[in-house]
Amino acid sequence: MLTDNGKLLEVKELEKHFSLDGNKVLRAVDGITFDIYKGETFGLVGESGCGKSTAGRTIMRLYDATAGQVLFDGKDVHSKKSKRELKAFTREMQMIFQDPYASLNPRMTVKDIIAEGIDIHGLAKTKKQRSEMVMELLETVGLNPEHASRYPHEFSGGQRQRIGIARALAVDPSFIVADEAISALDVSIQAQVVNLLKRLQHERGLTYLFIAHDLSMVKYISDRVGVMYLGAMAEVATSEDLYNDPLHPYTKVLLSAIPVADPIKERTRERIVVEGDVPSPINPPSGCRFRTRCPFAQDVCAKVVPAWLEAKPGHWAACHMNDERYKDHFAHVKEEDVRV
Amino acid sequence: MAELELKQADFEPLQKNEADAERIGGPSRTFLQDAWRRFKQNKLAMFGIVVIIILAFLSIFGSMISGHNYYTNDLINANKPPSAEHWFGTDALGRDLFARTWYGARISLFIGLMAALLDLVIGVLWGAISGYFGGKVDEYMMRIADILSGVPYLLVVILLLVVMGQGLWTLIIAMTITGWINMARIVRGEVMRLRSEEYVMAARSLGASTSRILKKHLIPNTFGPVLVTLTLSIPTAIFTEAFLSYLGLGVPAPKASWGTMTSDALPALQYLPYQLFFPAFFICLTMLAFNIIGDGLRDALDPKERK
Amino acid sequence: MKKILEVKDLSVNFDSFGGEVKAIRGVTFDLHEKETLAIVGESGSGKSVTAQSLMRLIPMPPGKFADGSIKFEGEDLIEKSEKQMESIRGKEISMIFQDPMTSLNPTMTIGKQIAESLIKHQNMSKKEAHERGIELLRLVGLPNPEARIKQYPHEYSGGMRQRAMIAIALACNPKILVADEPTTALDVTIQAQILDLMRDLQEKTGTAIILITHDLGVVANSAHRVAVMYGGKIVETGTVDEIFYNPKHPYTWGLLSSMPNLDQSEGELQAIPGTPPNLLDPPKGCPFAARCPYAMKVCENHMPDYAELSETQKTACWLLDERAPKVEPPKSAIVGGVDQHAHR
Repeated sequence: MLTDNGKLLEVKELEKHFSLDGNKVLRAVDGITFDIYKGETFGLVGESGCGKSTAGRTIMRLYDATAGQVLFDGKDVHSKKSKRELKAFTREMQMIFQDPYASLNPRMTVKDIIAEGIDIHGLAKTKKQRSEMVMELLETVGLNPEHASRYPHEFSGGQRQRIGIARALAVDPSFIVADEAISALDVSIQAQVVNLLKRLQHERGLTYLFIAHDLSMVKYISDRVGVMYLGAMAEVATSEDLYNDPLHPYTKVLLSAIPVADPIKERTRERIVVEGDVPSPINPPSGCRFRTRCPFAQDVCAKVVPAWLEAKPGHWAACHMNDERYKDHFAHVKEEDVRV
Repeated sequence: MAELELKQADFEPLQKNEADAERIGGPSRTFLQDAWRRFKQNKLAMFGIVVIIILAFLSIFGSMISGHNYYTNDLINANKPPSAEHWFGTDALGRDLFARTWYGARISLFIGLMAALLDLVIGVLWGAISGYFGGKVDEYMMRIADILSGVPYLLVVILLLVVMGQGLWTLIIAMTITGWINMARIVRGEVMRLRSEEYVMAARSLGASTSRILKKHLIPNTFGPVLVTLTLSIPTAIFTEAFLSYLGLGVPAPKASWGTMTSDALPALQYLPYQLFFPAFFICLTMLAFNIIGDGLRDALDPKERK
Repeated sequence: MKKILEVKDLSVNFDSFGGEVKAIRGVTFDLHEKETLAIVGESGSGKSVTAQSLMRLIPMPPGKFADGSIKFEGEDLIEKSEKQMESIRGKEISMIFQDPMTSLNPTMTIGKQIAESLIKHQNMSKKEAHERGIELLRLVGLPNPEARIKQYPHEYSGGMRQRAMIAIALACNPKILVADEPTTALDVTIQAQILDLMRDLQEKTGTAIILITHDLGVVANSAHRVAVMYGGKIVETGTVDEIFYNPKHPYTWGLLSSMPNLDQSEGELQAIPGTPPNLLDPPKGCPFAARCPYAMKVCENHMPDYAELSETQKTACWLLDERAPKVEPPKSAIVGGVDQHAHR
């Protein structure tokens, strides 16, 4: 059953805080709002500490949310749920993890690893059926049937990731969160896995939340992209719009910082340089979190938290430069001055 | 490099098998098989295994070989030194010490292994539950363990003795009551480390229940440290038994264990040293062998091979 | 420009349970003053082993030099004693590593770690070393160096630690800096800062840099010359422009095709199927043959010689033999070059 507007996932003001020793609170995810439509790939990017992985896990209810709401197919993921209901959710939403060397139980055969979901949910009636399902999944991800009796340590990183994908597919989910699923792989292997994910999406009508820090790969695989910074969402737009017309200074900085595999371009292009390091998520800056490193920051940025505005159709950003009320503060700021 | 004689035909396309690209060479080897191979290369550890095998063999067949049994009194031949008739000599009641040594081996080894095994079962369950749940559950469970470990176990043994009387099982239970704590702590530590591994999170996201996660994912992966601890707790148990027997709390006569034999032999040490020598020697040898095996296991199971 | 490092036919093996791993097999390259040579490859290519071999940091056993020479300023480093190497490491040749957290001693202040090398190699007093340390921290762009020098590594952020590592490495003005994946563990904005820093420092001090990486973007940004490694061998070398705009080796094509760049939106990424070869039993011919879409019969059995396409570009591929069919690189491997998006 699909909600009318085609949205599979609705995230509203989601927060996830961790309490640390000494009464300190780590505000890993501090109020993010976005939607994911059925059949699309939504990329979530940001640098370390931005909260994107935490967001992914909270969406799947691997962590309980501190505040806010996650609606999956219209149903609230975090409301009080019976064990049975929670179990039913795990069939719908699955995750692929980052570390190919840690995401598979070293003591289990590949067959048992892939069949775990099948076993838990009783999807196979006989041993034979279970075997067949596993073989089919192995084939789907491009591995050989003889691999079923082997152990994870005998495989390469890319192969292990594919085993992880087979495991997730075993329960026939409709939504998959890929949490930095390719970051630990070599470049040429990344392409293999990405192509596989794209093909599976096409064949099975899957919806993806693709969490990564490599903006070029995210732009390639995603339909729409969200950029996170220090627990908050900075910008959401289609891949094309984000790249061609970034509205948030952090997005501009991010795009600027990525080195391009093209020497002449690298030598000649102009960049926006940002100084300093990311502030601590325990004590984020007042007002706009990015203001301490933003080359365009004005006084208002420290005083007022930027509103999450749809500055252009389908293109949201949290920056006063796009806000009618504060635009004038930036009238004198010219981007050329900041470029290097 | 010598000039190669190449023909035009050599420059034709190579036929390749698709499946070859993904093929894994070599037979499937589990982590355990790899570990066993490493273990076999450790000469000292293999020596320890050989020693234990020989001791086990002798403990079963020892008295049969010598032709004597462990309990027949023969006062005429009491306190005789080692000879062709009695290879280890005789004790104060004329009983063949060779036979008694191997009978004692059975008892001592049984006590050692049994106590270690009970420690294993209780320790693993306690540690796994405590480590997995953390928080208050962990606090309470570990406080109980701490309290128990503070109780002087000699007191416990004596209390049990009063309740249960002297005997094999009294000893075993007495040693188990505090012995499991070490294993529990080790398992708890391992489980705490493992529970945040991604494959555990994957199991949770697949809908696995807590018992499934403990049974299939956490406990099997504590195997290495658990096996090592088990192997090293056997000599502790054997020595504890010897110590308790020396205090007179061991198995009653005519049963013998190495501990009771050393205890019996002490009064006449100056004149009849051989009576003490043999049981003491074998206690040391057994402990040494298990320690060596334990060390060898620890090295072999060390997951340095994780790519 | 003068050559300061000449590596010839370097081969390093490792003893392991399964046998002898031939990690690098006949690697040859040069390094000139003031240039940055990037060694590119994926895991298992041998690039890290090459870097560590230059400084004789590989534990031997289980490693051993099976063949070749490493001539630094005319003298073969393999022949030198450990004591002689100690006076070269940190002074003439320095190294920075991927993970600054584990390569800095957590129990020593940054100041002390910089001073270590200054006191040992340049006979400075503690006071002199302290002063020079502050200077170095300022040079690498750390704000408030007088206070920072007394702090411990855990009080620094990732980017700052990497800067500190660079400061320690450059303390004695080495002729060569070996940087083993120096920015892989850093966020992209910090990476940009560190790459800029390294380039500035090279301008100022004239240090030659060997940059080990798998990221072609970093190569395009920082390198003058590039060596592409696969399966323990160098398959292609050239200037950075030659490698990006006129590559001749199918593996280089494969690398270029499998990376999405921000200008590309459509089409499938050309992945290289399969996995790298097992170096316990390396293939006798070209290491890339099993995965190469253009492989010929000769590739399986014989290792190709280096064809010299120019004074600076060398490629080891049978496709360059006159008897081989002419092959054009795939479209996906062709890199733009013209600055089309000036606004970026």
